[in-house]
Amino acid sequence: MSLILDHVNYIYGDDTALAVHALKDVNLVIPDGQFIGLIGHTGSGKSTLVQHLNGLIKPTSGSIYFNGEDIHASDYDKKKLRSKVGLVFQYPEHQLFEIDVFTDVCFGPKNLGLSKQETELRAYAALKQVGLEDEYFYQSPFDLSGGQKRRVAIAGVLAMKPDILVLDEPTAGLDPKGRDEILDQIAKLKEETGITVILVSHSMEDVAKYVERIIVMNKGSVLYDDVPKEVFKHYKELEQVGLAAPQVTYIMQALREKGLPVATDVTTIEEAKQEILKGIKL
Amino acid sequence: MIVNQFIQKDNNMGIIKTDKLVFEYIRRDEEGNVEGITRAVDEVDIDVKQGDFVAILGHNGSGKSTLAKHINAILYPTEGTVWVDGMDTKDEKELWNIRQEAGMVFQNPDNQIIGQVVEEDVGFGPENMGVPTEEIWQRVEESLKAVGMYEYRKHSPNKLSGGQKQRVSIAGVIAMHPKCIILDEPTAMLDPNGRKEVVRAVRALNDVEGITVVLITHYMEEIIHADKVFVMDKGKVAMEGTPREIFSQVEKLKALRLDVPQVTLLAHELKKSGLNLPDGILTIEEFTQVLLNVSGRNKNKK
Repeated sequence: MSLILDHVNYIYGDDTALAVHALKDVNLVIPDGQFIGLIGHTGSGKSTLVQHLNGLIKPTSGSIYFNGEDIHASDYDKKKLRSKVGLVFQYPEHQLFEIDVFTDVCFGPKNLGLSKQETELRAYAALKQVGLEDEYFYQSPFDLSGGQKRRVAIAGVLAMKPDILVLDEPTAGLDPKGRDEILDQIAKLKEETGITVILVSHSMEDVAKYVERIIVMNKGSVLYDDVPKEVFKHYKELEQVGLAAPQVTYIMQALREKGLPVATDVTTIEEAKQEILKGIKL
Repeated sequence: MIVNQFIQKDNNMGIIKTDKLVFEYIRRDEEGNVEGITRAVDEVDIDVKQGDFVAILGHNGSGKSTLAKHINAILYPTEGTVWVDGMDTKDEKELWNIRQEAGMVFQNPDNQIIGQVVEEDVGFGPENMGVPTEEIWQRVEESLKAVGMYEYRKHSPNKLSGGQKQRVSIAGVIAMHPKCIILDEPTAMLDPNGRKEVVRAVRALNDVEGITVVLITHYMEEIIHADKVFVMDKGKVAMEGTPREIFSQVEKLKALRLDVPQVTLLAHELKKSGLNLPDGILTIEEFTQVLLNVSGRNKNKK
C-alpha cells in the first residue's frame, strides 16, 4: 500500500507562451503510516504536487501509482481514489455549507453511496477523531469558532476513511493554542489509526515538532527529502529558497559559535534543553 | 446646531485613544429572531502615542480584530469613544480624514489588490483623495521604495509572491500618507521569507518614517521589538506592557491560548530545570550571552 510518483512533470498552459513548468521530474515514494511535512516557499510547487496525489490534475508526463495501479489508466476508479486520498484545502471551513455540523460531515460518505447507518457511524467516528464534543453536533457550523470549524472540515474528509490525509496549512490563521490542538489531534489520529499524513506547512517549528520526514520543494523540484534533523542542517540553503530552520536550530548554532559544546542538529525545544544542560555540565 | 456633540480631544491625547470602548452585536437565528447579544469589545481603554509600534495579541475570538476595525471607522462603538488623531470616529464629517490617517492592511493580500500593475494599485488611494497627478507618482515612488518593492513597479501584482503582494498593499496604504497603519494578521498566509520581508518593511516604516504601527499577529517573534503589547481576552485588555514584561509570563500567556518565541520558551524551560536565567529573554544574542555567563565560559575565554 503506497503512493508512488514516477518522473512526474506538470506544465501549466503547455503549448502557450505563458507555459510554467510547475513540477520538474518529481520522484517520491509515500509508504503507509508516515507523518510527512511538505515545505517550500509560495510558488514552489507544493499545491500543484498535492493536487496530483488524488488525481485532481494529471501530470503532463510521468505516472502516479496508488497501491500499484496507475491512477490515470483509462479503467481506473478515480472516485474511489478520492475517498482514499483525502485532501483538506487551505481554509477548509469556507467549504462548510450544511445546516448542522453532523449533516455536513455526512455529506462525503453519503455521496460514496453508503447506507444511512454506515454514513452516520462514520460521521460520528470522524467527529470524535478530531476531538469535537457532542454538544456541537447539531449546531450550525457557522456558529463555531475558527478552530472548531476547521476540525469539522477535517472530519468531513476523515469520514471518507482515507488511507492518506493531506492537509494544506491546517493551522493558518489559528491562535498558538489552536495550532497545537489541531496538530496534537492529528498526531494522535495518526498514532491510533496508522493513517499516512502529509502536512503542508509554513511553520518550520511545527514541522520539526511533529513529522518524521520532510520533503522540501523548490522551483518545482524536490530539493531535500529526509528526516527533519538532516533537512534542517541545510538551514543556509533553506534560507536561500525562502525557508528557514526552527529558531532553536539557530540558537544552538549561536551557542556553538561561542564555544559551548552542544550539538547543532537540534530541531525541538526539548532536545535543545537536554543538549544545553549536558553542554553546560561538561 | 449642536456644537459640542463630539467629545473634544485633550492635548495629551495619543494618536489613537479609546475610552471605555464597548462593541456589541446581536446574534440572530435563521428566522432573524434575536438569540442574544455578544459583547465583542468590553470597556477597552487604550492610548497609543504617535510614533509607537504597538502589538495586539489574543486568541481567535478575543476581540482584537473588532477593536482594530474601530480605529479606522469600519465599526462604530456601541458605547464609549474612539479618537484618531483627536477626531471622534463617530463624527461623520471626519470619516474620510480618519480613513486617510489610519490605514488598514488585512490578512489576505489577494483581497486587497485591485490594480493591473503594481504602481497603479499603489496610486489608487491618493488618486481617490484627489491628489494631483504629479504628486501621485511621487508618492507611489516613495511608498514602493519604503517597502522595497520599487523595482517591481511595472509588474503585474498577481505574479508576485505573498510577501511581495502584502508589501504592495502596505505601500498602497502609505501612499495616502497616514499617521498610523493597522495590520491585522498580515503574515498569517505567508511563508517564512514572506513573513520576514513584511515585518522588516513594517519596522522600517516605524523607525524611518515615524508612522505609528498597530500590528495584530499570532506570531510571537514578530513583536519582540514593539514598544508596547496589549493582550486581549474576552473583549478586554488582559495584559499590557513591554514585550519583555509580557513574555516573562509564559504560563499566563499559555492560559490565554498564546505562546512565546522559541528562545523565550527554551530559557523558561532551562530555568525550570535549575539554571539561573532571567525571565523574558527575547533574542538569540541575549540568550547566548546569559547562558555563557551562567556556564562560566565567558570568564574562561577572556
